[in-house]
Formats: sequence, C-alpha cells, structure tokens
Amino acid sequence: MKMNLLSTVFGTAAVSALLVTAPAFADEEAELVVNDEINMVTKTAAPAHMADSLDEILSGWRFRSDETQAMQLDDFDNPGMLGAEEGLAQFETVMGTQEKSCADCHDGPESLSTVRATYPKWNEGAGEVRTMQMQINDCLTNQMGAEAEKYDSTKMINFEAMLAMVARGTPVNVAIDGPAQSTWEQGKEMYYARTGQLELSCANCHEDNYGNMIRADHLSQGQINGFPTYRLKNAKLNGTHSRFKGCVRDTRAETYSPGSPEFVALELYVASRGNGLSVEGPSVRN
Amino acid sequence: MASGVKPRVKVPKSAAAGETITIKTLISHKMESGQRKDNDGNVIPRSIINRFTCDFNDQSVIDVKMEAAISTNPYFEFDAMVPEAGEFKFTWYDDDGDVYETTKAIAIA
Amino acid sequence: MNLTRRDALALGLGATAASLLPMRATAAADDAIAAFTVGAELGSSGVTLTAPEIAENGNTVPVSVDAPGATAIMILAMGNPTPGVATFNFGALAGSQSASTRMRLAGTQDVVAIAKLADGSFAKASSTVKVTIGGCGG
Repeated sequence: MKMNLLSTVFGTAAVSALLVTAPAFADEEAELVVNDEINMVTKTAAPAHMADSLDEILSGWRFRSDETQAMQLDDFDNPGMLGAEEGLAQFETVMGTQEKSCADCHDGPESLSTVRATYPKWNEGAGEVRTMQMQINDCLTNQMGAEAEKYDSTKMINFEAMLAMVARGTPVNVAIDGPAQSTWEQGKEMYYARTGQLELSCANCHEDNYGNMIRADHLSQGQINGFPTYRLKNAKLNGTHSRFKGCVRDTRAETYSPGSPEFVALELYVASRGNGLSVEGPSVRN
Repeated sequence: MASGVKPRVKVPKSAAAGETITIKTLISHKMESGQRKDNDGNVIPRSIINRFTCDFNDQSVIDVKMEAAISTNPYFEFDAMVPEAGEFKFTWYDDDGDVYETTKAIAIA
Repeated sequence: MNLTRRDALALGLGATAASLLPMRATAAADDAIAAFTVGAELGSSGVTLTAPEIAENGNTVPVSVDAPGATAIMILAMGNPTPGVATFNFGALAGSQSASTRMRLAGTQDVVAIAKLADGSFAKASSTVKVTIGGCGG
C-alpha cells in the first residue's frame, strides 16, 4: 500500500506533519539570527502545561513571508527600532514632580534585561498580577510624580519596545504557579471560551488552525514573544492588548479594554504559551 | 511634521580608497499620502518628504525624487564609491519646507 | 449575433464604466513616462526590477532596481491613484546604479521601472505584485 510505503520511509508522524503544514510556510527551515549575533529560538518544545494541546511552539516570525522575515534580521531594517530608540530617550528624560528620570533609579536599560521575559508577574505588595505597563505606570506615578500613561499609548509602547530590545534572545519564562495561578487559570479559560457572533475562541484559530489560511493570510499560533510588534499594516508599533482587542472584535464580540483585568489575565496565559521562545520585540509582522 | 522626525543612517566607519560601500537610511516620518480621509470624511492633506539626497565631499552619490507611494518611515539602500576620507551628507526635504540633515564621516583604512 | 439597440447601449455603458478609473491612472502614468523619456522608445534589457510576487501587506512592499551605467531610474506603481513612487538620480560617486526602498501599493498591480541608460536610451522592466487581503482586520 502506498501509505504504508510512505510510512516506512518517513515515519507516520513526519508524513502527517508534512500533510498539515506543507502549504503554509514560506521557508520552514529559516532561522532568525538578528544582526548576525542574536540567535532567536523561534521553534521549540511546548511547555509542560500545554501537553494536551501542542507539541511544538512557533514564533509568529515563522509564518511570515521572506520579505517580512528579512525586515527583522537587521536592526537597521526594522522600523520598530525607531520606537525602541525613542524609549531609550524617554528613559533618560526627567519627568514628574520628583524631577527624576528612569535612569536616576535604574542603572541603564541593560539592568532591566530580565524584565520582559518574566512579565506579566505577581506583585506581592500590590497583591495582583502586573503587566510591564502597569509596573511602568507605578514607577511614573509613585516614584516620579508623573502622570500615568494611557494603556498602549505611544510613549508606553516605546518603553516596552526598549525593555524588549534589551531582553532580546532570552527565553520567555513567566511564572504560572503560586499566587499567579488563579489569574493564569482565568486567562486560560478566556483562551478556550468561544465568544462573539462568530463563536470563536482564541484556540479555534491559533491552536486548531495555525498554519492554515485565513482569507489570504497564514494563521500563526498567536504568540506574543515578539511584542511590541511593528505591523506593516499600520506602520507603527502595536501593543499586546490592542492586538487582543482586534482579535476579539473580529469574533464580533464586545471587547475588553487594553489594561483591563481580563486582558491582563489573558496576557499572562498567552505569554505562558510562549515559555521557551525568545523575546523578539520589537518584531516585524504584516 | 517638524517634530519627532529623526534620521538614521548606516555607513561603515572606514573603507579602502576607491571601495564601494552600501549605505542604508531610515527617517521617521508619517508620509501622509493625501489619499486618506479622517473620521469626518475630510481628505487629510498630503504631507510627505519629497526629496532625499546623499553627497560625499560635496559630490552627488544619489538624488531621489520621492512621491506619496513611499511607505511611512522612508527607507533607502544604495551604494557609494569612496575615493578618499571625508564626510557623507544626507538631506531630506519635507513638503512643509523643513529640511532634515545628518552627516557621517568615513576614514580610509 | 443579434444585438438589440438596448443591449448595445448597455454593453457600451458597462465598458465605459469599467475602463474609466484605470484609464485615468494610466494616463497619469503615460504622462510621467513621457516626461521622463521625452517620448523615446523603451528597450527591454538593461534594467532589473525586484519586487515580491506576493506582498503580505500593500502598505510596505520592498522594491529594488538595478541598471548598470544608468543615470536615472524611475519606479511607477501603475495601479495606484497617483502612479509615481520614486526616481533615483545617480551621481558621480554612486557605487552602483541600484537602489532599494519600500512602497505602498493600493492593490494587485504592475510595478514598472524605467532606466535612462548610459548611452541615453531607455529600458523598461515590469513585475506584477499581488497584494493580499489580510486575514483579520485587527
């Protein structure tokens, strides 16, 4: 039998993998090395908590065309770096009534290179899971006497881009147990809940159908290790929660707001699905 | 558009005399095409960078006429011949009359 | 074939409506080409145009042109509301007569490069770029 012969040659798993993914990827073997020096993990074994759903996790970079992929290979070709550079300038800018800059407390952005990979994270003092933006706003208002920034504002995204830039190449590693567990569970429930008039859950697209076409586009796994993301579509850096909002809206549901407790929980859960992938932000996507 | 416009250029620090080098440039600019409408249906007026030049020691490397179809944050990549040590001068001309300039020195190795 | 007067009228109207918009853009492109070439004939070798066959997003499409010895290369997006993209004029210190940029394409269309070659003649290269419709609006 033909199928048996194929199985003998390739092994059944390899054949079914071929059948599923063959039409989807531009170049499945392409590797992401930024500036010829930062080796990004864009494909790795799924973390243990996903044992029932996926074997392998893939960065959104792998789902993009050659041209879009190439824009992330060199910082100069990556327009998202404009935001990261702006973030560096903001880091050194005095703001607020305390007349302090970020640099007055933090010894350069490099001293914060472990932040991106571990957020969202439980904050013991506040008794809540916090995203990076929540923590930055805490610094702005309580340490510096400055106005809080609106969630996903340009300034906030620039801060995020800078913190991602100094963390590039480190593996995403958010904690899902201990005090963060209930928030994580909430996020997981949201991920699998069908919403909107189209009755779609995150999983329907990004777990059940990644690699398949949605209209003329390839569905990714919806990983957020590359955020903030410079999208060719709107030619600017985009935040995780704003992207969530776009997705939820596309299911024709009422969406949550960026910064809402629901999206914080979802961010923690979705981030945890990328545990092991490299921090890639600011990345380039379509 | 005078605020927040920041040019970036990538030029090797040194080259051999007579060597051809690759230069990349990127400038943050919206490049409003004049084709879009705001929420009230009014056309957003065109506001673009319409010309980019690169000179080396006052001699032209490239002079680009830019139109509204150039993407946001205009990017160029081109080659220059370096006859001697000196300075590259990069100039972007905005519709609104603003001119953005930056320079980069190169040594002969 | 028996066409009634009404059929013929309807056909004619349909054809006019269908060709109206493209004709306007084509006329602008023709004008731009005429201004650049001063009506000279266009050869088919001497200029290379590199653009993706399929662009993931029409907002930011990479494009490269190369014409050894040329003094200038013009890029046109034939299906855009205004067809001009850029014209590269190469100076004495150009290391090659090639350049790359990123452009906006309003939809699937032909992109054209016209080079003014060293001997004063003109050459044209053309490439169709399919612009895909994104999967999600978000």
